[in-house]
Amino acid sequence: MAGSTLASPTASAGAPARKPVSPGLEAWRRFRKHRLAVASAVVLSVVVLAVLFGPLFWTVAIDEIDFSATLEGPSWAHPFGTDDLGQDLLARMLYGGRISLAVGFAAMAVAVFVGILVGAVAGISRGSVDAALMWLTDLFLSLPQLPLLLLIIYLFRDTLREWVGPEMGVFILIVLVIGSFGWMPVARLVRAQFFSLREKEFVEAARALGASTPRLVIRHILPNALGPVIVAGTIDVAAAIIAESTLSFLGLGFPPDIPTWGRLLFDARDHLDFAPHWALFPGGAIFLTVLTINFVGDGLRDALDPRRVL
Amino acid sequence: MTQYVLRRLLIAIPSLLGISVILFTVLALAPGDPFEELATNPAVPPDVRAALRASLGLDDPVHVRYFNWLFAMLRGDWGYSFVSRIDVDDLILQRLPTTLIVIGSSQILALMIALPVGVYAATRPYSIFDQIANTLAFIGFSLPTFFTGILFILFFSIYLDWLPFVYRSDIPGSGLPWFWEHVKQSIMPIAVLGLFQGAAWTRFVRSAVLDVIRLDYVTTARAKGLAERVITIKHVMRNALIPVVTLVALSMPAVFGGAIVTEQIFRVPGIGSLLITAILANDTPVIMAVTFVVSILVILFNLLADVLYGWLDPRISYR
Repeated sequence: MAGSTLASPTASAGAPARKPVSPGLEAWRRFRKHRLAVASAVVLSVVVLAVLFGPLFWTVAIDEIDFSATLEGPSWAHPFGTDDLGQDLLARMLYGGRISLAVGFAAMAVAVFVGILVGAVAGISRGSVDAALMWLTDLFLSLPQLPLLLLIIYLFRDTLREWVGPEMGVFILIVLVIGSFGWMPVARLVRAQFFSLREKEFVEAARALGASTPRLVIRHILPNALGPVIVAGTIDVAAAIIAESTLSFLGLGFPPDIPTWGRLLFDARDHLDFAPHWALFPGGAIFLTVLTINFVGDGLRDALDPRRVL
Repeated sequence: MTQYVLRRLLIAIPSLLGISVILFTVLALAPGDPFEELATNPAVPPDVRAALRASLGLDDPVHVRYFNWLFAMLRGDWGYSFVSRIDVDDLILQRLPTTLIVIGSSQILALMIALPVGVYAATRPYSIFDQIANTLAFIGFSLPTFFTGILFILFFSIYLDWLPFVYRSDIPGSGLPWFWEHVKQSIMPIAVLGLFQGAAWTRFVRSAVLDVIRLDYVTTARAKGLAERVITIKHVMRNALIPVVTLVALSMPAVFGGAIVTEQIFRVPGIGSLLITAILANDTPVIMAVTFVVSILVILFNLLADVLYGWLDPRISYR
């Protein structure tokens, strides 16, 4: 019955009888089959565009205090309502969204970079280097991330703030710390890919032609290992956005005057009974962003990683 | 089996040391003096301050300080809370049981959701049930715990007014009503944590079962004429559970992270909310100790998972 069922509905979609198409087109064809992923990609693009260009059209200041309109629900003047100081929530969310998304993508870049580095070194070298790097990876996997994140931010926040200003300092710190706790899955994936790829004929051929090890890694093995890494990177963006929002929600992320989505939720928490909209809009924004990123990642998995390594 | 457990215990020691090195490095690299408040007091002359620093070992070389710190931590000598004015180990022992109860029950809830739903979905792949379960699982682990907590409070506490949203440890009375009050206030924190983990694990259980269900021995069992229920429970589940055990152990750090958030939302007096309070009050000894305790607990759970793994899969026990 279920004897030949694959783990994913589109995994067997690569129909052999077609005329040859480029790998990119083939991936796009497979991605399109995942309807939720396509819908998510559209919604996610709308969110990103709104956050990037929204402030150009919705020009209300994020810190304009208006005591005649405090804790108001959604209306034409304030589509997402106002907070306890009468500040417009739509403007604040557009501004905060930029930071949340920027943290997500920057932390992902850090995590993917470190992950590829560790994974590639471990995957190409055998023996003790590989063992040591994998021990480090397992160690990082068993570190309690949130307590350590809180501890590091608590200890280093003030110094960085003096160096590069409150916003940039916290931004760099949060991106680096979240990124340095997110590289382990990427490293494991890259290492696993390297283990199978380095024994393949095309690598052997390149080596026979005299390619150096760095060239083998960068030109031949790495491009073939990127599919699963892209998928893992997508999931890392979602994880980083959640991590940043969690920090802000605990009141320990960005300074209070920067309305990231998590911070808005933190502020809204004490007014839940009078102004539920204040919590629902930013929370919904986090949820929608993370959900769509996860679905896009799932679609990319079908498109790029049909063998489902790991 | 005993040998296997011993071996695992020996493997856990380097991890513990590794974590302690990371913790100590963070602390040692941190700018500012942990004893700044004492040292900058104008009533204390400079030479007394220097003597105090020397007596506290602050001028020793880094490795000496590390071993002093490590032995103090291992002896349970975790210092004195600046804010609560009691020993840190007493403070943590007061708070730990609540956290463990909340985490333990939420994990049981998560497994009670993930195992049946995941197995049922995998035995009927791409059916309506599978698709709905998959979508719900996606939604479940895309909802951050802090937002689920707020949604629960909005719905169950404010709109329906069924459950209290502030956790109280001083509920008066005794007997059944007292117990019922405790259950009522624990429902939301446990559900928030459990649903999140359950959603993440459901997908994993499903794919683990799908991997096993197409193996030949399952076909053999079916050919023998065994009932489908027996095949699923006795043949498929046991093998599919092996990777799930690893996953449960690997997600322990995330579980503790979620516990910190839920404890903070519902004001549960556990070590998570203790950590946040300590950070807001600059109570360094408490912050260090909580991080240390959570790290040890994570390693302990990993060890437990390894032992369980050996029991579930006899093939690896004597390797």
